[in-house]
Amino acid sequence: MADITSPPPRARRSIIPYRIRLEPRLSEPPRWYPFAVSLGAILVALFFGGIVILLAGGDPWRSYVHIAKASFGDLGVFSDTIVKATPLILVGLACSVAFRMRLWNIGAEGQFFLGAFGASAVILIPILPPTAPGWLFFLTTMIAGSLAGALWAFVPGYLKAKLNVNEIITTLMMNYIALSLINYFIFAVWTEGGFQMSPMFPKNAWLPRLTDFGSQVPALRGLTTHAGLIVGLVMSVVVWLIIYRSRWGYEIRLIGDNPRAARYAGINITRNTVLVMMLSGALAGLAGVSEITGVVHRLQSAISPGYGFTGIIIAWLAKLNPFAVIVVSILFGALILAGREIQPSGVPKMIQGIILVSLIASDFLLRYRIRIERIPEEA
Amino acid sequence: MTAEADDRMQSSNGSTPIVPLGKPVIEMRAIVKRFPGVLANDHVDFNLQRGEIHALLGENGAGKSTLMNILAGMYKPDSGTILVRGQQVNLASPRHAIQSGIGMIHQHFMLVPTQTVTENILLGLDDPRFIMNLPRYDDIVADLGEKFGLKVDPTAKIWQLSVGEQQRVEILKMLYRGAEVLIMDEPTAVLAPQEIEGLIDTLRTMVSEGKSVIFISHKLQEVMSIADRVTVLRKGRMTAGGLPARGVTKDELARQMVGREVIFHLDKKEQEPGEVILSIQNIFAENDKGLPALRGVSLDVRAGEIVGLAGVAGNGQSELAQVVSGLRKCNQGCVKLNGETICNQSALFGIQQGLAYVPEDRTHVGSSPNLSVTDNVIMKNYRHAPIGRGWMIDMQTATRFAKELKEAYDIIVPNVETPVRLLSGGNLQRVILAREISGNPAFMLAVQPTRGLDVGAIEGVQRLLLNQREAGSAILLISEELEELMSLSDRIVVIYEGRIMGEMAKADLRTLGLMMTGTPLDRIEKEGATANG
Repeated sequence: MADITSPPPRARRSIIPYRIRLEPRLSEPPRWYPFAVSLGAILVALFFGGIVILLAGGDPWRSYVHIAKASFGDLGVFSDTIVKATPLILVGLACSVAFRMRLWNIGAEGQFFLGAFGASAVILIPILPPTAPGWLFFLTTMIAGSLAGALWAFVPGYLKAKLNVNEIITTLMMNYIALSLINYFIFAVWTEGGFQMSPMFPKNAWLPRLTDFGSQVPALRGLTTHAGLIVGLVMSVVVWLIIYRSRWGYEIRLIGDNPRAARYAGINITRNTVLVMMLSGALAGLAGVSEITGVVHRLQSAISPGYGFTGIIIAWLAKLNPFAVIVVSILFGALILAGREIQPSGVPKMIQGIILVSLIASDFLLRYRIRIERIPEEA
Repeated sequence: MTAEADDRMQSSNGSTPIVPLGKPVIEMRAIVKRFPGVLANDHVDFNLQRGEIHALLGENGAGKSTLMNILAGMYKPDSGTILVRGQQVNLASPRHAIQSGIGMIHQHFMLVPTQTVTENILLGLDDPRFIMNLPRYDDIVADLGEKFGLKVDPTAKIWQLSVGEQQRVEILKMLYRGAEVLIMDEPTAVLAPQEIEGLIDTLRTMVSEGKSVIFISHKLQEVMSIADRVTVLRKGRMTAGGLPARGVTKDELARQMVGREVIFHLDKKEQEPGEVILSIQNIFAENDKGLPALRGVSLDVRAGEIVGLAGVAGNGQSELAQVVSGLRKCNQGCVKLNGETICNQSALFGIQQGLAYVPEDRTHVGSSPNLSVTDNVIMKNYRHAPIGRGWMIDMQTATRFAKELKEAYDIIVPNVETPVRLLSGGNLQRVILAREISGNPAFMLAVQPTRGLDVGAIEGVQRLLLNQREAGSAILLISEELEELMSLSDRIVVIYEGRIMGEMAKADLRTLGLMMTGTPLDRIEKEGATANG
């Protein structure tokens, strides 16, 4: 009837008498296992990064030692690492909150700029006089920045909720709008003598830095770590409480894991989509406020070397855990800082990339186990 | 075995049978198959004679499907030998299996809906190679169908066919590939009683033509009526090998299957139903494709009674469940729970009115796979005290609540932090039932609550439903298991193509079957009357 012509089964035969088999895990791995896998993945990434450094004519060991020294070598550089990590913590939190509900907010960069814009508006319009007390500046800039970020994120959130518009596209595109908006203001409205930047903020609007206390404690002299770090740490706790201990967080986790079950449980997905998007935008906005009032002290377009995008990676690597976000952010802060030290500056970026790829790939090991077995001799 | 002999065996498929009738065409010896943490097959022997229907009986997870997947080339056994027509074979892939004349028909059909019957049958074959001369193959397929009593239009597109017809296409596909041995994985699960009879006739024709059939099932009744011989598996071991089906009783088979006596008669207390709790009035609704799914459905459920809704899958049961639970809008009509209109409201409104819902799809609707048992059991009551406190959830109370349910409902799980995706079907269903029942619902909607569960778990779930009935809940039970409906329900209502065909307090299978295939009860009664008079 039907003739089937395919090679007989014996035609394919491997030389190696072993084969690798993947089996889905049927039980939860022990608690330490995910950490061990992540650590292993980083080591593997450093190994491959080392090969690339070697091919580029460098000495991998010395490069890594150099990176470590440049980021953690003494209190001064560690403080710089923390400064870099501060905005990353906040955008990392922003992304992890949205990703928890499987809302792919790629727009943390734009919301970061809007946060900076909101804070600048308070200072530059000026809503507050330059002589206003620091705490008042702190409160108003933080509120204005997070509101601006939240409103910026409201647009894609609302479109997603009501019209099911793909939020990846809208949030990404709104980054460019945000950048153009900032450019308009620094070129035209708040320009300082035609330069593409706003005037320097009054001292009262600056976030307190460790070096400000240098006159009392000499050891702190020159350390630029600023109060934004405290904002980041507090927000980590707040986000943790929201996600794991609040009714809202329960709804977010349920929608993220199984939207159909959430609907079945009577949860309003539309409203939560908008609200979570706005929370995410507010956190990214706070990062902008912290960066602009803590480090840059003026509005300009070069305030972010892509913090918003790095936040995506951080959230992912931290497996959306708010406390892990802090650790990962410090590591990434170190890598960014090392980028200043190492020429060509592509190397730390590349290492970042390799770490990311191997960490994401290592996730596989949490779901599957690998088994190597002997191929039985055929009869 | 020499290479030539092996090659000869490979090429001899589909041609003149070498095995005389009644002699073993397949022998599986001491098959062992291990999955992580489970011994799925523990030295199982199985033999199939030419020209017989051999039933493979066992609970879910007994290892039936594993054994047959090994025979169909999907899995490799860890040890053991397989002989086809007396020759040892290595079934490395489904392709090799079909070359040896073994074809398996899975529970879920593997057909391309937009293509014709013939196209589906030819799919994956080397012939025709480039130019599709479809009419020629249409004729071949039609002839083949004729021979085995599998009537189906070769030019019809798959989506136009009923489930029964699609199953015939799957059988034809295997016959076309020269299958001598047909493995059928729970083939009757999707069919209406009349279609089942058609299938049985087909299988009989095939065995009389010299083919052999392996019939996987966990339904005793069916096995007794179809099979020539029965092999029973329990927990990966063979408890009965090749018993002649004529000589055994249902009770014996059940004992082999579950290892203990199964109580077939649940003691259902006589009780007078109370007042109407749920009232469905003239509901019209559309399905996902925008086609009418419900066309004027009305029924009442009273306190302390179970109303069974019978029907072949896809006749509007799912849509009705969704309308009642607030997950689907209806165009017309109204659903009232204790006098409150709950249709076309949010799902939350129904829950607040005391509606409990055990959905058909345990894993995709009824639970959240990666969340813990605790998170899953608080799905309906996290909003208010004692679990919800203002903005926060009291995790300690939630954990205590989960532990209480775990004890009370025998949920077998190491701890309540375990994600529910690791639970077995029966345990997951207990989690869902525990959650729904713990809210003391006025009305409970249960859709296919025992589907895919093994006998022990089924009994547990059915007892929970009966307890709930005694506690005075109104229960609407939507199921395709007629036996279950008949043993649990106070009344059975039959739905067909979105219309109610009739309602019976004492149902008999024949009448139910006629209603399920579209004959309204009043017409059946009229015809019965004229036939008698």
